[in-house]
Amino acid sequence: MAAPALLLFGLFGLVPLVGVVVLSLADWDGLGSVGWAGLANWSGVLTDGATWQALGLTVKVMLVSWLVQTPVALALGVFQAPRGRARALFSVLFFLPLLLSAVAIGLTWQALLDPSFGIGATPGLHWLAQPLLGSPDLALYTVIFVIAWQFVPFHALLYQAGIRQIPTSLYEAAALDGAGPVTRFLHITLPQLKYTMVTSSTLMLVGSLTYFDLIFVLSGGTGGPGTATRVLPLAMYITGFQAHDMGRASAVATLLVVLGLALSLLMTRLSGFTRMDSQQEGM
Amino acid sequence: MGLAACGTSGPSTTSSAKGLTMWALNDQAILKESVDAYNEDHPDEKITLRLFANDDYKQKLRVAFGANQAPDIFFSWGGGALNDYVKAGKVDALTQSDAEIDRFTPSVMGSATFDGKVYGVPANGLAPVVLYYNKKVLADAGVEPPKTYGDLLTAVKKLKARDVVPMSLAANSKWPTLMYLEYLLDRQGGSRVFTNIASGDASMWKDDSVTKANQYLQDLAKAGAFGDNASSVTYDQGASTALLYTGKAGMTLMGTWEYANIAKAAPGFLKNGDLGYTAFPTLPDGAGKASNIVGNPSNFLSLNSSTKNKDAALTYFKDYVLNDSQVDAYLAAGSVPPVEGLETKLAAVKSSTDKEWLTFVYNLVRTAPSFQLSWDQALPSDQADPLLTNTDKSFLRQIPPAEFGVNMSKAAS
Repeated sequence: MAAPALLLFGLFGLVPLVGVVVLSLADWDGLGSVGWAGLANWSGVLTDGATWQALGLTVKVMLVSWLVQTPVALALGVFQAPRGRARALFSVLFFLPLLLSAVAIGLTWQALLDPSFGIGATPGLHWLAQPLLGSPDLALYTVIFVIAWQFVPFHALLYQAGIRQIPTSLYEAAALDGAGPVTRFLHITLPQLKYTMVTSSTLMLVGSLTYFDLIFVLSGGTGGPGTATRVLPLAMYITGFQAHDMGRASAVATLLVVLGLALSLLMTRLSGFTRMDSQQEGM
Repeated sequence: MGLAACGTSGPSTTSSAKGLTMWALNDQAILKESVDAYNEDHPDEKITLRLFANDDYKQKLRVAFGANQAPDIFFSWGGGALNDYVKAGKVDALTQSDAEIDRFTPSVMGSATFDGKVYGVPANGLAPVVLYYNKKVLADAGVEPPKTYGDLLTAVKKLKARDVVPMSLAANSKWPTLMYLEYLLDRQGGSRVFTNIASGDASMWKDDSVTKANQYLQDLAKAGAFGDNASSVTYDQGASTALLYTGKAGMTLMGTWEYANIAKAAPGFLKNGDLGYTAFPTLPDGAGKASNIVGNPSNFLSLNSSTKNKDAALTYFKDYVLNDSQVDAYLAAGSVPPVEGLETKLAAVKSSTDKEWLTFVYNLVRTAPSFQLSWDQALPSDQADPLLTNTDKSFLRQIPPAEFGVNMSKAAS
């Protein structure tokens, strides 16, 4: 069973990866012949202030996204977990954003946030008529909000599934001991959700490294205003496909791979996820 | 190696194996008519036309050339981006006998001419950038269409006082902001400054006039000329155009294609004669002539040098691109094609609104001492992103006026 998977992974995962690493040592404008550049692309990328700014923005998107999405997703998951017709209906509604493509979401929010003709034009909502996507100070947070809107449903679904796995006997025993809903949440639900949280956080953090499509559309393909939303993947795309510097873009891409690997290794190591110990011992 | 079959997904028949492929932009309906006419006359070697959305077309073309999957005929903006392909040996030069080049406006051909050789034929209308205004909004505020920078500042003040955006600008898209900078530099330092930059003299970015032009841009922004929200307005969603015809803005600076957009979105606005247009104002003590223009002279069709069917392509260039019926079609759509001697045709246009507009554009281009190609098209493509980013930063006043030229000369060297 493992052989075909390994073959596919090698063909579509490892081969391109090696190709990108090789290309990061080359000089290629995507059109002419490929030349040898040595470490010039790497020293160029690592000494360029723009790279560090893009990296900083990526880390910011990652951390703020986690801080925003985790509590909201957890709260929605807790709400959705018990059975009930109203909850099921709400769950479907909450899930809708995840079904839309990132480009559709980007275009829709761009139109909604247009200060002249968007939500801000509605009577009573004039305070929203602000350059949310156009102000260098607000644009990144607006983007993070839209990202959260898109991905919270997925993480809420994870938490919902996690909560439904918790044996009801734990809650019944706690209720007998006189524990209120808050105590039960803090002492049963949260600890039992430990691995769900690790999974969700890993997906969220590593996923944030690759946010591209939504930011591309929301910023008109430029990572603007100025460079206020130019995260690392967008910088990679602009370097490669607009400035036609494939070598340098490959160096940035390799950097992203290394960061992603390091991050997911760190997450699993810190959380003890690799030991895979059961939480239900003695039950 | 079936070159003609590359990039097409249609069923391959004997005729399409001998045919040609051509790539262009979505909105080129009149160009498509010329291809249809050609195909009707040449059923044995048809042209398969594929149309693409504006934003990613350039990347798509570049990747296709890099992978040797490029079309036989391709559509471009001329300038530095086309020159990239010429330098890589991917485009064939055209001679007078190939395509009857001398029927086109000479100043337009400049953006497809490199080292004295012509690498494309113009394939749609002239697109200089002009200042549009809403006659009613300006009249209500008691201002005349601005001829000088002083007029412009007065207009800004009066329009602001009436809660109208003086000049609507889709700054989120960055290139509309660049149009202001192009005109401001041209009016301040004359056309020679950018001509030198485009020919490879990066030190010209440090010319005083570049700093002054940025100073003017920042002064206008500070004075509220573009309203409070310009930086979140995107051009593609049509909001900057809509602000003008809904009377929420007084003026807007845009290419001549905007006329057709307005005709489509607000036909009543045009019919009532509410749309005005004029040249960009002059600057005090500026060296540039008031009649200089900037913009896109035209789009061009060029020939892939690895085409297997050059004769057919040249037949199309010679007999179908901007031929008589094409010229009529462009004029009917409110667009002036870059063809010499259009006076009689212009005089015969029926709608007086259209006639006035077409004559304005035709004369604007004919009398212009200089027609400068948009900077993002004129410069080599590796400078386009630093250019747009620094323009945006200057507009947002994130960098002082002098830093724009410093950053650009760094990016260019």
